[in-house]
Amino acid sequence: MAQSNNSIKKILTVAFALCIVCSVIVSTAAVALRPMQQLNQELDRKTNILRVANLYERGMDVEAAFREITPRVVNLATGEYSDRHDPETFDGFESRRDPAASRTLSGERDPAGLSRVENYATVYLVGDTDNPDQIILPIRGQGLWGLMRGFLAVEGDGNTIVGITYFEHSETPGLGAEVNNPRWQAQWEGKQVFDGEGELTPAIRVAKGSGSGDHEVDGLAGATLTANGVNNMLQFWLSPEGFGEYLAKFRSGVDQEDAQDADVELEAEGA
Amino acid sequence: MADASTKSVLTAPVFKNNPIALQVLGICSALAVTTSMSVSLVMTLAVIFVTAFSNLFVSLIRHHIPSSIRIIVQMTIIASLVIVVDQVLKAFAYEMSKQLSVFVGLIITNCIVMGRAEGFAMQNGPKMSFIDGIGNGLGYGFILMTVGFFRELFGSGSVFGFTVLETVQNGGWYVPNGLLLLPPSAFFIIGLIIWVLRSFNPEQIEENEFKMKHNTEPKEAV
Repeated sequence: MAQSNNSIKKILTVAFALCIVCSVIVSTAAVALRPMQQLNQELDRKTNILRVANLYERGMDVEAAFREITPRVVNLATGEYSDRHDPETFDGFESRRDPAASRTLSGERDPAGLSRVENYATVYLVGDTDNPDQIILPIRGQGLWGLMRGFLAVEGDGNTIVGITYFEHSETPGLGAEVNNPRWQAQWEGKQVFDGEGELTPAIRVAKGSGSGDHEVDGLAGATLTANGVNNMLQFWLSPEGFGEYLAKFRSGVDQEDAQDADVELEAEGA
Repeated sequence: MADASTKSVLTAPVFKNNPIALQVLGICSALAVTTSMSVSLVMTLAVIFVTAFSNLFVSLIRHHIPSSIRIIVQMTIIASLVIVVDQVLKAFAYEMSKQLSVFVGLIITNCIVMGRAEGFAMQNGPKMSFIDGIGNGLGYGFILMTVGFFRELFGSGSVFGFTVLETVQNGGWYVPNGLLLLPPSAFFIIGLIIWVLRSFNPEQIEENEFKMKHNTEPKEAV
């Protein structure tokens, strides 16, 4: 028995048969379960959007809460909403490889290490679409080990940060992966993206060590390169190359809205 | 081992011949996944499934496995099972699979699975091997759940996610022990479990492999 088992023919037969059987099992499992996995990923993405907007609570009905949130597709070059794509199904991240729907970046114009960026991106608006409470922007960029994808939520003034979260990254657990530590995330709340009126270059940055003021957040101890990655992707996505033009509309709108609000208050007082 | 009864094959690995406490295998994952009990439970179920079925399949084809490639054959079977488990978790328990992250995949390298396939399933029939796999998975799970219980209770004040000790962060009185959320604490707890198990089963205590010499006296050093 042992003799025949060790003949070359038997070894090859067993190895070949085993490979076939195992690959059939593995691929069946992978293909059969893919729809459910995609559903889960979709739910996870929505959960992350709610989380960055500080709307998430454990055990809540994600689908119901997500009805308050409207996805819109934005033309990054003009900052205008676009009706060319259906916001429910459009995936900007997927379109980054399509030459017709994306553009190349290089050198100084590509601080986040993206090399290609889509022309249209999906943003999520919380509350009223014309005058949103929060705007949630997808951001991504190279960290230390690979691409980091996440969301940045800013208030309706297009300037004040609500939160940041990463739903996909491969940073070192305990060091770079601390980008998702609630304590680190908490210090983003209330920071200002831009410094002053009409400024298009983002002033927000991740400091080395501890940050101070309205435009700086603390770096991550032991994860300088991840922190640099976060910093670089914010510089890119908040600049006119990214969502800068789009956010500028909300920032110029701030004064008018404030004025209107003030009028309403005066009227109320007068009445 | 070959003529052991079904019951002893199933229960012996839990206390008498525990894969973690006596054979000291599979420690890495026991350190990594025991911060909460629900994660430990899922990991336990995954390991029981993989050990049981890898034992079963290895045992079924044991007369046809050429000895020169037997480790690779076992590895292939184990790896396929682990991928299936990983896919199922991603489909049905996405949050859990995110928490377990790489450790599901690392079941492939868990010494317990490989050890049982090579040490038991290659010599025994499919039924016994299957039961042996469940038994060893249970033994692994017993340690995991015990460690998870202490780490979750004293590290985050809860059991299975239900608050038992109200922590200071949530306005309670209990100051959680942060060390218990870090991997080294599992070493201490596993060490204590081994101590307890060996106190009850003195036959588990190994002979000293060497004797410590007396410290050098100050006079000798001069």
